[in-house]
Amino acid sequence: MWAKNLLCAAILLSGIALLTGSILPIRPHEPRPIIRLERELSQQAVVQQVDAAFATAWRGVNIEPAPPADDLIVARRMSLALVGSIPSLEDIRHLESLPADRRLDIWLAELLADRRSADYLAERFARALVGVENGPFLLYRRRRFVSWLADEIAVNRPYSEIVRQLIAEDGLWTDKPAVNFVTVTINPDDDNKPDPNRLAARVARGMLGVRLDCAECHDHPFADWKQADFQALAAFFAGTRQSLRGIRDYPGVFEVENLQTGETSEMPPAVPYDSQLLPKNGDARAQLAVWVTHPDNRAFARATVNRAWAIMFGRPLVEPIDDLPVRGSFPPALEILTDEFVTSGHDLRRLFAVIASTRAFRLESRLSETLNDESYDVHQAQLAVFPITRLRPEQVVGALLQSGSLTTIDYESNILVRTARAIGQIEFVERYGDAGADEFDPRGGTTTQRLLMMNGEAVSDLTKEEDLLFSTATRIGTLAPGDAEAVETCLLAVLTRRPTVEETEYFTRRLRDTRGGQRNERLGDIYWALLNTTEFSWNH
Amino acid sequence: MSIDSVDRPYAWGLPAPPSRRGFLTVAAAGLLTPLATLLARRAEATDPSREPAQSLIVLWLAGGPSQLETFDPHPGRQISAETRAIETNVSGVKFAAGLPTLAQHMSSLAVIRSLQSKEGDHERGTYLVKTGYRPDPTAVHPAIGAICCHELPAAGTDIPRHISILPGEWPARGGYLGDQYDAFQTGDPAGKIADVAPQVSFPRYEQRLKDLEMLERVFARGRRTASDATMHAHQVREARQMMTSEQLEAFNIGQEPAELLAAYGDTPFGRGCLAACRLIEVGVRCVEVTLSGWDSHANNHEVHQRLNATLDPAFATLIEDLKRRGTWERTVILCGGEFGRTPRINPLGGRDHWPHGFSVALAGGPIRGGLAVGATDPQGSKAVEQPRQIGDIHATILTALGINPAKELISPAGRPLKLAEGAAIGEVLA
Repeated sequence: MWAKNLLCAAILLSGIALLTGSILPIRPHEPRPIIRLERELSQQAVVQQVDAAFATAWRGVNIEPAPPADDLIVARRMSLALVGSIPSLEDIRHLESLPADRRLDIWLAELLADRRSADYLAERFARALVGVENGPFLLYRRRRFVSWLADEIAVNRPYSEIVRQLIAEDGLWTDKPAVNFVTVTINPDDDNKPDPNRLAARVARGMLGVRLDCAECHDHPFADWKQADFQALAAFFAGTRQSLRGIRDYPGVFEVENLQTGETSEMPPAVPYDSQLLPKNGDARAQLAVWVTHPDNRAFARATVNRAWAIMFGRPLVEPIDDLPVRGSFPPALEILTDEFVTSGHDLRRLFAVIASTRAFRLESRLSETLNDESYDVHQAQLAVFPITRLRPEQVVGALLQSGSLTTIDYESNILVRTARAIGQIEFVERYGDAGADEFDPRGGTTTQRLLMMNGEAVSDLTKEEDLLFSTATRIGTLAPGDAEAVETCLLAVLTRRPTVEETEYFTRRLRDTRGGQRNERLGDIYWALLNTTEFSWNH
Repeated sequence: MSIDSVDRPYAWGLPAPPSRRGFLTVAAAGLLTPLATLLARRAEATDPSREPAQSLIVLWLAGGPSQLETFDPHPGRQISAETRAIETNVSGVKFAAGLPTLAQHMSSLAVIRSLQSKEGDHERGTYLVKTGYRPDPTAVHPAIGAICCHELPAAGTDIPRHISILPGEWPARGGYLGDQYDAFQTGDPAGKIADVAPQVSFPRYEQRLKDLEMLERVFARGRRTASDATMHAHQVREARQMMTSEQLEAFNIGQEPAELLAAYGDTPFGRGCLAACRLIEVGVRCVEVTLSGWDSHANNHEVHQRLNATLDPAFATLIEDLKRRGTWERTVILCGGEFGRTPRINPLGGRDHWPHGFSVALAGGPIRGGLAVGATDPQGSKAVEQPRQIGDIHATILTALGINPAKELISPAGRPLKLAEGAAIGEVLA
């Protein structure tokens, strides 16, 4: 009994020691190695093209774009988009130590090289590729799928190769994680057969950005796609079966029922456009995989560019994200980036780097008061002002947890911190309400979310005055030499910016002549208010 | 002010939710089915009991309850696997033996025994039964409670109008109507409601809100249009209003007599049903109360015996309680799960998923009691008499609530989608 108690105490103490070690002291400032910006020069050319295209468009409607945003705000956007969190105080100090003209480029390269970015982007792509459902028990492993996708993104494998493997892979879902793309559609009520219709819908919508599946049941009078287009695409998966050796193709024909007559007929596989790109030989799925990812299949590249843009900006360049015409006119920026993406061999990392380097990405999200009243909508439509979009729940919790730690929570962080973060994240996202697979649809917030931020435990832990270990506000109060410094540190940690004159005056007045418990209380209040702002929960 | 009495920034240009008067106008224009027109006329009559219902309680039996051990026994047949049946207070209608108290309220229930679906997976089946639509990547459909909140006016409620008590894995959501129509989730009413109590003293909280206002002013500078459109500040005010609302007391079942609580069965689900009854009284539109664990792949009979013992007193007392409080006429109840269970017993003594013929119970409001609709095959085949689809159940409930199920909303994909795909079951509403 004694031994047990002692053991327990020892574990607790060592845990606290570890936690203290990773949360409390701001790590002594060590200059980080500056990651070399590969292909920097060639990227610049395409960035200039995109910038020029926007400039022409802005001139065309006679508007001045918003001024460039502050570096820290752009750094925050980059972090939220690429790792789902905000820069830590430690990151901010690092950023500010970098040469001003290259600061953001270096930060961008660092983020793209960060393993957290592969994990985060893998989840974003997974939502389009397999959705968020749990899928059939035992036959589908979503986590396995996402971590495989993250591995591929981490080594920057060409996106076309990843997608080819998703469509054509054979084998067991545990051993060959890519086949989970197929097994998630398995219908336990239909002899464990993968569902060709659902697979075709994912290929069309998640990979090509076309809503072929709207024609699943019947033709629509004004839609581009006919029911037969959809059925023929589904027919590529007609022979796909689940066997003891996992997913394999067997000879099979795709039978379709005429809903009016009830008659069935055979539907041979065919692609809905550009059939000259379809290989003549090979397994059905392998043929389809080559066609989808063919460099000349622009719909594939364009849909991927549009999705990457949405990940960076919070909304796609062309809305809705999965309903792009295959032919038609597109914003010039989309076409320039699509060309670039194809030429680069479907290089995802480069695509994200280019988008994040454009002038449009680095604009302010605000205009002058007069311009806001007169033409905010025009500016927004032309991307002449950075759009304000709601953060996804995991970005909110990522930012929340990061704002509670003065150092960066990353793969170098203590295991306990990361575990606490992972558990906290899941619980928080569950309560906050996951955005689901259509995460780029514009959405409103909920009362539950506000209550969670206003009164929930996660925020309270960061703001409690008596809690020296976990309360960041208290910690800042102890470290900052004066009131103004304390206010500045709070704003930097939560909103990634320095306070305005008005804010400094307001909050230093609140802190003036307070000490000890009362001062900590006030700091906790300031932290609470910062965490509950629109500015914190929205990308801007 | 309640959740959606203010503008919806992305309502896709839809007209405002129709008032009952608006509904009547549409009906008069002859756009409704004869049945709906009839109901609309009824609503115009002066007798208050003829008004359409105003609220919905969903008793969600998560996991897929067996029709054979609940509302559709086949006593003496092989598929009954020796589950006994008992008489109800309606002659000719029998329940499984596990629901003796509820059986005495059959005269208040309409049991649909011939539901068919094509979704045999929990997640997909739940989606279908809660939204009335099969999962479909072209749109995320709203749960029926969200539709009620969207379509019916929101007068005088400070607390969320869509509530899920003991939410299971997939609580009701707003789908394409927006997250603001998601059910507000809360646990066993014996405990506290999460996140409504401030963590600091009242004066300090007020000061925090003042600090917040200052920060919002700074943020809105030059971004007024966009920051107003976020509705963030509005939601903070709503949350604040809810925190201090007297209506929160509706969650507090401790105010009810101990005997009543005992009658519900002092279980989390029973307490949830009592809370639902109280919430309806203060104007909440839809309360979902979940009883989980029906997925009886092994030991089917034991699982059902245990869960029926929770469901039976809770459901029966809910009916009595609504009648006693005078809210029966304006409340519709739906009780069911994502599918039924196989007529055949598997080697583990369990029943597996069976979407081919299963039951739900409806009650309250204009629902006609004492009715059993359709029948499953006593031999256990997939054949059913008078087959019904989930969409029909949705259409029936919406009609009972004075909402036209054929009304179309434009989904974010630009497609017109009916509120419910099916047709109201006429005899249930007659």
